[in-house]
Amino acid sequence: MVTTEQAVKQPVTPEEYKSGLKPVWCPGCGDYGVLNALCQVYHRLGLKPEETMIFSGIGCSSRITGYLKSYGFNSVHGRALPIAMGAKLARPKLNVIAAGGDGDAFSIGIGHFPHACRRNIDMTYIVMDNHIYGLTKGQLSPTSPHDMLTTTSKFGSIETPINPILLAIGCQATFVARAFSGNIKHMVDVITKGIEHRGFSFIQVLSPCVTFIGKDQFLIIKNLLHYLEDDPDYDPSHRTSAFHVADEKDRISVGVIYQKKKPTYMDQLEILRQNAASKKKKKLADLVEIFRP
Amino acid sequence: MKALITGNEAVSIAVKLARVEVIATYPITPQTNISEKLSLYCSRGEMDADFIKVESEHSAMATLVGAASTGVRTFTATSSQGLALMHELLHWASGARLPIVMANVNRALGAPWNIWCDHSDSLSQRDTGWLQFYCESCQEVLDTVLIAFRVAETVSTPAMVMLDGFILSHTAEPVDIPEQEMVDKFLPRQKPLAPIDPKDPHTLHAVTGPDYFMEFKEKQYEAARRAEQAAREVSVEFAKIFGRNYPLTEGFMCDDAETVIVAAGTSAGTCRYVVRKLREQGRKVGLMRVRTFRPFPFEEVNSLLAAAKRVAVLDQAVSPGSEGVLFQEVKASLYESAGGRPAVYGFVSGLGGRDIVPEYIEEMIEKVENSGKEKLDRVNWLGLKK
Repeated sequence: MVTTEQAVKQPVTPEEYKSGLKPVWCPGCGDYGVLNALCQVYHRLGLKPEETMIFSGIGCSSRITGYLKSYGFNSVHGRALPIAMGAKLARPKLNVIAAGGDGDAFSIGIGHFPHACRRNIDMTYIVMDNHIYGLTKGQLSPTSPHDMLTTTSKFGSIETPINPILLAIGCQATFVARAFSGNIKHMVDVITKGIEHRGFSFIQVLSPCVTFIGKDQFLIIKNLLHYLEDDPDYDPSHRTSAFHVADEKDRISVGVIYQKKKPTYMDQLEILRQNAASKKKKKLADLVEIFRP
Repeated sequence: MKALITGNEAVSIAVKLARVEVIATYPITPQTNISEKLSLYCSRGEMDADFIKVESEHSAMATLVGAASTGVRTFTATSSQGLALMHELLHWASGARLPIVMANVNRALGAPWNIWCDHSDSLSQRDTGWLQFYCESCQEVLDTVLIAFRVAETVSTPAMVMLDGFILSHTAEPVDIPEQEMVDKFLPRQKPLAPIDPKDPHTLHAVTGPDYFMEFKEKQYEAARRAEQAAREVSVEFAKIFGRNYPLTEGFMCDDAETVIVAAGTSAGTCRYVVRKLREQGRKVGLMRVRTFRPFPFEEVNSLLAAAKRVAVLDQAVSPGSEGVLFQEVKASLYESAGGRPAVYGFVSGLGGRDIVPEYIEEMIEKVENSGKEKLDRVNWLGLKK
């Protein structure tokens, strides 16, 4: 029998973490930056392809699972999180990453997001947020800004967009961060911290859609960036400060916005098991006594 | 007025002509441009309707269940995974007796991912209580959306109109677009079965125990069966107004045919080509195209097939562990036929967008007529890679 150690050659450069499939993304798509950053993160952490599994749903960004040299699972629209969760529960030692877009995360799949946040299963969720449905060619997304013109809002959106960072902090996620696909070095740092964090890590990557929104997005976002690492007073363990940062209108803060140490779901499961095991098993005779009228 | 339009445009135009009042959709390939067109019509004021792009197909159907409960005309469009996600609400819409109309652009269901045409998405919803129509041309798509509204509202039962993904949805054909006035005449407002009425408030669909639940289901069943006669009558009226006739099943050169092919959707066009070709060679072959799948047209199927010696059913969906879906239905129908009992053979092809070419149809006829008939299985695959 061939063991996984023999079957998979450990990549020695970030580039070797790519599967070799040519991405179908448009030239200039922000998602290339995320792919390159992930390869560098895998390399930095020395992740073994056979011990790493990345899950996605549907959308342009969800294609990323096929482009990495690890296990990949291109799942159903919106269902990356529960499928990833199932794999993590069955194989707790796997490095589990879920990835996808804003439609997958905050539209069809939003029901799973609050529960992933509050359960605190040790996995990382990267949402490549481009504020539009790219794969189906430019419809309104749940993060599209108010007034945005799309193919399903020809005269401007009348809906209030979801704020993913506010949502994640509000749902008790223990690691909430934001990165920009135009700054790979910074994104590598943020994603690395997310994977290293014990518990559920949510990372929103602003990943512009050059085809259906425009190339100028990179410059617009870049000019609004505020790096939280450069702010010595910012304390990511302070929840109220995190809410303020998440609600900013005049600038876009990137970096670790909120982080809290908390036992993971598996930690708590282990405690639960030990407690249950330590309690004396009731005999049938004891039960009869309990229910005796 | 004639226009060169795609199947998806034909759907959008029909929905506009039907004066639908609430539309809720979620994008999915190859349906998306129906949503886009309808959104445009609504925001431009060309339609007096509310369009909402909701957060999932499940929500789209839920929104329409709410809207239709007030008695307004409602519409959605979807495909494949989107239809599967709606499943729970499909049962709800039919159980609540809401005449919602939906266009389903046929596309394969994963896994693995595939965006191309087959009939597995809609055929796996056959028991949800929705009427199902399968179209062969862009003209038929436009006309069938109108017919679907009329039949659905007549029997208070939801209806879905199927068009083959990409083959019809994205291919342009010359289509005669009816005048609004004539459509208004064909589609008058019908009184909804039990709309929400502020003057007479009721709770809808509350828990119904074993003492009455079956009565509800029997009424729902009877309505869907009544749709068979309703569809025949509506077709006659449609033909009178618009000059185009849509029987529940279409027979082509069936009269003296010894071998009859059964197909649904655009593959019937390829079958018709092969039938013509073989007829020129003096071979007695015919085609029956199933246009209305729910209600299942037992009468038409039995009368068209009774005289044949053998029937070859071409399925674009298979029920794993059993047989081709259309094959099962045709066979079951013929069992009760008072006429002859032809031998029925099941073939599966065209899954996930695999082209159904004339050679496959010829191969199918060859197999049921001559060589290797004994070797035929419950499911016989056409065009499978060795």
